[in-house]
Amino acid sequence: MTLTETTYWIVGASFLLYILIAIRSRADTTQEFYVAGKGIHPVANGMATAADWMSAASFISMAGLIGLSYNGYGGSVFLMGWTGGYVILAMLIAPYLRKYGKFTVPEFIGDRYYSDAARVVAVICLIICSVTYVIGQMKGIGVAFSRFLETDYETGLFSGMVIVFFYAVLGGMKGITYTQIAQFCVLIFAYTVPAIFISLQLTGQPIPQLGLGSTLADGSYLLEKLDRTLLDLGFQEYTTSVRGSTLNMAAFTASLMIGTAGLPHVIIRFFTVPTVRAARTSAGWALVFIAILYTTAPAVAAMARLNIIQTLEPQPGQHLAIEERPTWFKNWEQTGLLGIEDKNADGRIQYSADPEQNELVTLDNDILVLANPEIANLPNWVIALVAAGGLAAALSTAAGLLLAISSAVSHDLLKRTLMPDISERQELMASRLAMAAAVLGAGYLGLNPPGFAAGTVALAFGLAAASLFPALFLGIFSKRVSREGAIAGMLAGIGVTLAYVFQHKGLMFMPGTSFLGDLPPNWFFGIEPNAFGVVGAAVNFAVTLTVTRLTPSPPESVQQLVDDIRVPAVSR
Amino acid sequence: MEQPDTSAVREIYWRENRRWMLILGVIWFTVSLGCGVLWVEPLNQIQIGGFKLGFWFAQQGAIYTFIVLIFVYAGVMARLEKRLGLEETEV
Repeated sequence: MTLTETTYWIVGASFLLYILIAIRSRADTTQEFYVAGKGIHPVANGMATAADWMSAASFISMAGLIGLSYNGYGGSVFLMGWTGGYVILAMLIAPYLRKYGKFTVPEFIGDRYYSDAARVVAVICLIICSVTYVIGQMKGIGVAFSRFLETDYETGLFSGMVIVFFYAVLGGMKGITYTQIAQFCVLIFAYTVPAIFISLQLTGQPIPQLGLGSTLADGSYLLEKLDRTLLDLGFQEYTTSVRGSTLNMAAFTASLMIGTAGLPHVIIRFFTVPTVRAARTSAGWALVFIAILYTTAPAVAAMARLNIIQTLEPQPGQHLAIEERPTWFKNWEQTGLLGIEDKNADGRIQYSADPEQNELVTLDNDILVLANPEIANLPNWVIALVAAGGLAAALSTAAGLLLAISSAVSHDLLKRTLMPDISERQELMASRLAMAAAVLGAGYLGLNPPGFAAGTVALAFGLAAASLFPALFLGIFSKRVSREGAIAGMLAGIGVTLAYVFQHKGLMFMPGTSFLGDLPPNWFFGIEPNAFGVVGAAVNFAVTLTVTRLTPSPPESVQQLVDDIRVPAVSR
Repeated sequence: MEQPDTSAVREIYWRENRRWMLILGVIWFTVSLGCGVLWVEPLNQIQIGGFKLGFWFAQQGAIYTFIVLIFVYAGVMARLEKRLGLEETEV
């Protein structure tokens, strides 16, 4: 069987599995559609949360970001940022919102701040965060299909949409949850198998997390060898190269952490478990399942980087002849993810940090994970598995985001704000229609990605950190914070973050409209736009607390609501 | 033994909750932004196996600690709720 045939079989089998699950878990009530009937076991919810959370970016791009763009240590911001947020979520957000016991994040903000305006502002923040995020997933689906199944991008995207449409519209949160559990199993298996093999080959250690600290065949430590090799090529040391400055690394990490704890599609997953206690343990299990990938990723990053360098320069000074480059190298050149240019016309490839001399002119971040099984000479079924895993990661995240968007529209805008009189059946129908519209909208944006698509994941985290997180946190931990304070704070937080991102990246990311330029000397204390969410959050807190001091306290009923959500037991 | 669900009991619960959040939050900050970012250079002077210690915290250790923190928090809160009789009744 050829590689393409194997891939069709494995991806096809995984899709069939998702559809079978969807048929078995049809939603019949709004409670099932929005929060899966609140009957999900905490371990199962942890698994679904992990699949929801780990997107195409985590699966395909993160190891490459760490290993290549951020040159090792600098990439730690993603590892700590995207896991550390779960500690905040488990202690400061999830248990109390579960006790509150309703369906969506804007619903809580609307009730706690006794205001439809606050609810609508929260819906807008949620939609901006989630839509920008979902475009990336749709692109990931199209790319994975076109690379592995040799279809064109549109066909790939369309197939992905049909699958998501099927289980998300039919089953809502219930269908999404059970398919996400299956998708987690597929994606984690697909990620760890090549990592175990590559670790065995390089270090003789089957556990990649330990292999990263082990010795190579020549007796030197893997990381020391990598440090030395990179220094020789003119790069910075792998284990110590800081991204920007220490302050920038700290701000970047903190922004991702706070953003994680404020992203609605993650928070609503904790509405599906039966109790407050289950919400806390479920966050723990989610992090266990996420950590399997997130502690493997740095090992993949370092090992694949070393492998690539050693392929290009097996002995110091002995460069690979262009004629003799391996088959996987040629295959990936065709996709445009790898590219060489023989600048000094010696028929060999020189890889160097110096752009004048570097002949490996294209080295895409995604290559690290995608080509990993081929570099390690693994059988075809492992390569096919990576395709199925990448698709599982993209589909599961897309479905979770689409549910967050559609429930905000059908429940918060329609039921709670515009048409409070519709019946349960009508609302369920409205939520299905909203979901269908969201899938079509996301598909459209995936086909015609706006120019700003590349820069938007950072914006999603920045916005979540700067708008929703402070409103949720203060809503739980302060009884005094007023409606006026929260609305002003959310608007100020978003405003500052957007302004900072736009002034460096261009208005709506259009090139040529950035009036300060995307240059480090113009950055506020050297903080890059991606890391600005933490500053936006600080502005939000400051504005909220100041305005609160000048406005009247919330009514008695709201103070009772806060008392009530703080304690698991129902008050008597 | 079940105690009456008075506002005094709820007061104790909330105070204990904040205390644990503070303790665990300090550890959370220390292992990630502390050991992984702010003090990474001095810690990198210490080598354990093939790892520089600061690098290990940033790419491995912090994540393992986060998991422990969440389960410790879940455990102490469950015990506290039992002790104060504030458990929720499962539906």
